[in-house]
Amino acid sequence: MKKNNALKHVQRAVLAPYGVWALLFIVVPLFFVAYYAFTDASFHFTTDNITRFFTAKSQVTDAAGGTREVRTYLLIFWRSLKLAIISTVICLLLGYPTAYILFRASERTQKILITLIMIPMWMNFLIRTYAWMTILQDTGILNRMLARIGLGPMHIIGTETAVVIGMVYDYFPYMILPIYSVMAKLDMKLVEAAKDLGCNGYNVMKRVIFPLSLPGVISGITMVLIPSISTFYISQKLGNGKFYLIGDAIEGQYTANNLHFAAAIALLLMIVLLVCMALMQRYANKKAVA
Amino acid sequence: MRRKIIELKGITKAYDGETVLDHINLDIYDNEFVTLLGPSGCGKTTTLRIIAGFEQPDEGDVLFLGEDIASLPPYRRNVNTVFQRYALFPHLNVFENIAFPLRVKKVPGAEIEQKVTEMLRLVALPGFEKRSVTSLSGGQQQRVAIARALVSQPKVLLLDEPLAALDAKLRKDMQAELHKIQRASGITFIFVTHDQEEALSMSDTVVVMAEGLIQQIGTPTDIYNEPQNAFVADFIGESNIVSGVMLEDRKVKFHGQVFECVDEGFGKNEPVDVVVRPEDVDIVPEDRGQLRGVVTSVTFLGVHYEIIVDVQGFKWMIQTTDFCAVDSHIGLSIEPDAIQIMHKSKYSGMFGDYSSFSNEFDELSDAEEEE
Repeated sequence: MKKNNALKHVQRAVLAPYGVWALLFIVVPLFFVAYYAFTDASFHFTTDNITRFFTAKSQVTDAAGGTREVRTYLLIFWRSLKLAIISTVICLLLGYPTAYILFRASERTQKILITLIMIPMWMNFLIRTYAWMTILQDTGILNRMLARIGLGPMHIIGTETAVVIGMVYDYFPYMILPIYSVMAKLDMKLVEAAKDLGCNGYNVMKRVIFPLSLPGVISGITMVLIPSISTFYISQKLGNGKFYLIGDAIEGQYTANNLHFAAAIALLLMIVLLVCMALMQRYANKKAVA
Repeated sequence: MRRKIIELKGITKAYDGETVLDHINLDIYDNEFVTLLGPSGCGKTTTLRIIAGFEQPDEGDVLFLGEDIASLPPYRRNVNTVFQRYALFPHLNVFENIAFPLRVKKVPGAEIEQKVTEMLRLVALPGFEKRSVTSLSGGQQQRVAIARALVSQPKVLLLDEPLAALDAKLRKDMQAELHKIQRASGITFIFVTHDQEEALSMSDTVVVMAEGLIQQIGTPTDIYNEPQNAFVADFIGESNIVSGVMLEDRKVKFHGQVFECVDEGFGKNEPVDVVVRPEDVDIVPEDRGQLRGVVTSVTFLGVHYEIIVDVQGFKWMIQTTDFCAVDSHIGLSIEPDAIQIMHKSKYSGMFGDYSSFSNEFDELSDAEEEE
């Protein structure tokens, strides 16, 4: 008994700094976000910030030169979601096979490949994005190479494609690594058992490896979708500022000293993401039991 | 004439230059319970994996019903495996685990339902359909693994030390169960184990292996009563193995005494190994014994005493229900049919003397089979 209590005290003492840290830098800021979102400049309760997100309207000019009225923030939100989903899907389609190749490779090759995947992550994110600017420019490296083989020039910079390329590049490792780490723990006896019970290569993948690596896929999706939905820098640099995303909106309101509305957008974004993740988790659990 | 279902012809396999199987020849018949028995590293698991198709032999042929299957991948072979640690799919429940091979073959749902239910009845797990396999006990997981391997009605079931992870009591139950399932299904079972008791109690045929070679093939009684060399005699049960000389048919000399025996066909004065099982030695008063010795240790084991007797410096093990005190002088008497004569082999002199009775070799052979 006594020993147990002592142990508990030690545990508590050791955990205390993390508790304080979490409280100061996670819980308190979240509280302030919510507080700001529901107050006006003089800190009186209001839901105006929230309604503004849904109702604010502005004029846009379409390709034909006509103008139409749109709900500003819903449009921005939709655009962010679309680009983030496209990037996540591409990351998944490229990342899953990469993780699988890693998993099947010899130990030495695995180490080398993982290092190659990690190296770009050691460089600053801003620098990597700048590098893509020079690569994708109309007179950039890519277009010069394309021109040499008679395929160019292609106008990429300032398009949604450029933004997606930037996102995929930046967040690709976050897709591979969780999938790989789940696969690495996979019991090879299960693969053998599947073959023994009549599975060819395709069936082993479909019926055993993929379902068992689903937790890695879910966390990979989460780790790519969340940063890409809230990014603002990539779209500013690679989209030439033409694709105003939800992250840009938050940043814009914040730098314009409109903290209350910025907090409202951030809060709504957070709620949407949490709902998405909860749904995904639920799907994964259901799959796991089925 | 029984039908040969699997034939191994001159199978040789080496890993990194180390020979694991050395020209193995083995025929396995239809509806037979065969056990590959041997210590760790004797090549029994490799033999099993070659039959399953997980390993390719370096040399030799694997015939399945007379056809060479060397180039067939595991999923095209009509052979299923029960793995040592079951290898159940954790993402599927009991029903879906058993249904797995049928789903792969795209068998209609109603038929799957009927076959899985039948299998669950066979392995005594009815009503477990919806359970998660991770919530089952070792013995239950074992039964699911067997059901999963049997549901697609393979011609041969391979079992790789399937009982090794179970506790003693459960193991006994499962041995009986496996025997019953084999009889009920009529499928050939090839069972790998390092546990001689398991091999003797379940099998129709036991294949004793050591150092990549088959030492003896026979029924459990043959293997126990007529071991062909010192390795087999020692590995299966306890044995006193003494060096002797065959004087003529039915006469053998060891410890300086001539004994009547029932063996014939050895050369005149051929040096041989003589095996006597501990339970076949009778204890008699010293003056009436064919051999005389001093008791050096007595261990009570419940059913009987295990006593070690020093006979001219060689230590005999005797199992008896009569108590003998340590240091007492006793006589040993051996019936002719209790004496088994074997040709000399490379294992001669390695086993069968209980001077250093430490179970060292038993411990070695009980070690966990390498993956």
